[in-house]
Amino acid sequence: MATTDEVTPDAAGSATDEKLLTPEMIEEIRAYFPRYPTRQAVTLPALHVVNAHLRYVPRAAVVEIAELLELVPADVQDTLSFYGFFKQDAPHGQTRAWVCRSISCALRGGEEVLEKLCERTGIVPGGTTADGKLTIEFGECLGACEQAPCMLAGDTLHGDLDDEKVEAFVRSHQGEAST
Amino acid sequence: MAEFEPVLLANISNEDSHTLAAYEAAGGYRALKRILADKSPAEVVELVQSSNLRGRGGAGFPTGLKWSFLPKDHPGPIYMCVNADESEPATFNNRILMEEDPHQLIEGTILACYATRASTAYIYLRYEYPHALARLQQAIDECYDKGYLGKNILAHDFSLDIYLHRGAAAYICGEETGLIESLEGKRAWPRIKPPFPAVKGLFQKPTVVNNVETLCCVTHICDRGADWFKSIGVPADPDNPRDAGSYGPKLYCISGHVNRPGCYEAPLGLTVRELIENQGGGVWKGRQCKAAVPGGISMGLLSADELDCPLDFSGPGKYDCLGLGTAAVTVVDETVSIVDFLHNTTRFMAHESCGQCTPCREGTSWALSMLNRIKAGKGRLQDLDLLLEIGDSIGIMPGTTICGLADGAAWPMKNAIRKFRGEFEEYIRRTNPDGCETTEPVEALQIIGVH
Repeated sequence: MATTDEVTPDAAGSATDEKLLTPEMIEEIRAYFPRYPTRQAVTLPALHVVNAHLRYVPRAAVVEIAELLELVPADVQDTLSFYGFFKQDAPHGQTRAWVCRSISCALRGGEEVLEKLCERTGIVPGGTTADGKLTIEFGECLGACEQAPCMLAGDTLHGDLDDEKVEAFVRSHQGEAST
Repeated sequence: MAEFEPVLLANISNEDSHTLAAYEAAGGYRALKRILADKSPAEVVELVQSSNLRGRGGAGFPTGLKWSFLPKDHPGPIYMCVNADESEPATFNNRILMEEDPHQLIEGTILACYATRASTAYIYLRYEYPHALARLQQAIDECYDKGYLGKNILAHDFSLDIYLHRGAAAYICGEETGLIESLEGKRAWPRIKPPFPAVKGLFQKPTVVNNVETLCCVTHICDRGADWFKSIGVPADPDNPRDAGSYGPKLYCISGHVNRPGCYEAPLGLTVRELIENQGGGVWKGRQCKAAVPGGISMGLLSADELDCPLDFSGPGKYDCLGLGTAAVTVVDETVSIVDFLHNTTRFMAHESCGQCTPCREGTSWALSMLNRIKAGKGRLQDLDLLLEIGDSIGIMPGTTICGLADGAAWPMKNAIRKFRGEFEEYIRRTNPDGCETTEPVEALQIIGVH
């Protein structure tokens, strides 16, 4: 069991002994078991389940996932840390936006879009706005090069970005207008 | 040239093309019904082998031959992995296939599993495609309801489950053994081959890994036959016994500085110039093309006087590029600095190197450090030779790495510097007039990495 100082306060605001994985999450993870001949193959699906609920995967959750998958925590942590996708210290914002910086977008102003977004929100790439609504990161090719420059925010692809669209996006993720 | 009838994109102009109803109305699952009734799995392997279909994921390996490597009479299970981890910069044809016509892929997957006797297929889908995820899941659900998936498909002695498996934003998972490791729940470190996946793959069982567009082609080969498939594209060169030909339709992506970026279908063998001028609507803003990527950034770079390069499996190689790759062309106009171009592609590769092989991990990151320095006006002329040395020594070709990511990092370096050396030298002399000739060691700049 993780010691208290390793446990970062999570989105659900749990106390030290409380489990991070809710029965709902555990059920979602277990639903993957019949699909694979090994429990370890459920590692990535399980990380995605927890990340979808908490917007990060704290180390204490890694221990709980490992228990569920009959692995040692180091196995899960090893896989998790490879991807650079799962945050561990604090949740990402309600919306996580990836601005593409790969070649087709870069040729049509992708880096300028990222710059403009950061300038308008006052954060640096990788940062989250103070109200916790928006995280901005760079992404590598999002596979939507015909709409360059583009950005994936949550499950929504924003293509053919220009100053106006960036401005509208920032406004819709500020204050009460945010969803 | 006679008017080409789209094959892979034929259905997507239909309303609700992603639904089972629309797909069946356009002739979908006709091939599946006929094949299950008339042909044995071995006959399907033979059919695909005789079509000379070559993999569309980048390497161009003959698909039927890949299937034939599976051990005969294996007690099973045999696994199929659909490589939907399309991540090569400038490539998005698989995304369009999965979003707009998911059943075409599902039908091809079922047919391929029947041929290879696979009883479980995993579609390894990159995280960045949430819309494709939803469309594929809906298509799979429809197939279970209709009896195209599950136990005893269409009352035949053939059962199959297809599961979606979502990646976590790592380019290396598109390498077939990296994909397998990732699917198993481990870090996506490519495996040393042999053993090849056909012998020992996913969960140590015989496994086939096929690309999305490849499987879509399988659907049409099963529907219309091998001779029809071979009537499209570029025949094998009779003077080159190693050329297996470039048959069939191909989806070309064109992006960057053109008027009409998009995904277009044409027979294999279209030239880069034709793609830019006809499908792409020409270079934007009335400018000139300075360079073009032939098939995803890994394949290297063509200069403006090499645009007659045919996009078939042996075309780009004749222009010192790595190969056809994904046939995704990116156009770079005359206003772009080749230094910036190379910095961008190298940054991608340094970011995506999985870190397993030292030459790739160190080579890509030091190359990026040098390019950061050159961009910052502290470059030295000898840096160009150092970059070329890295380019010539990392990868499968020189034999120093396990997978081809490093070759993909090396090719843009080698092509850009060898084809545009004058521009690099001019940039370095202009931005660092006092230090360009220096040969003393200099400190590397810090790489800023955020993800």
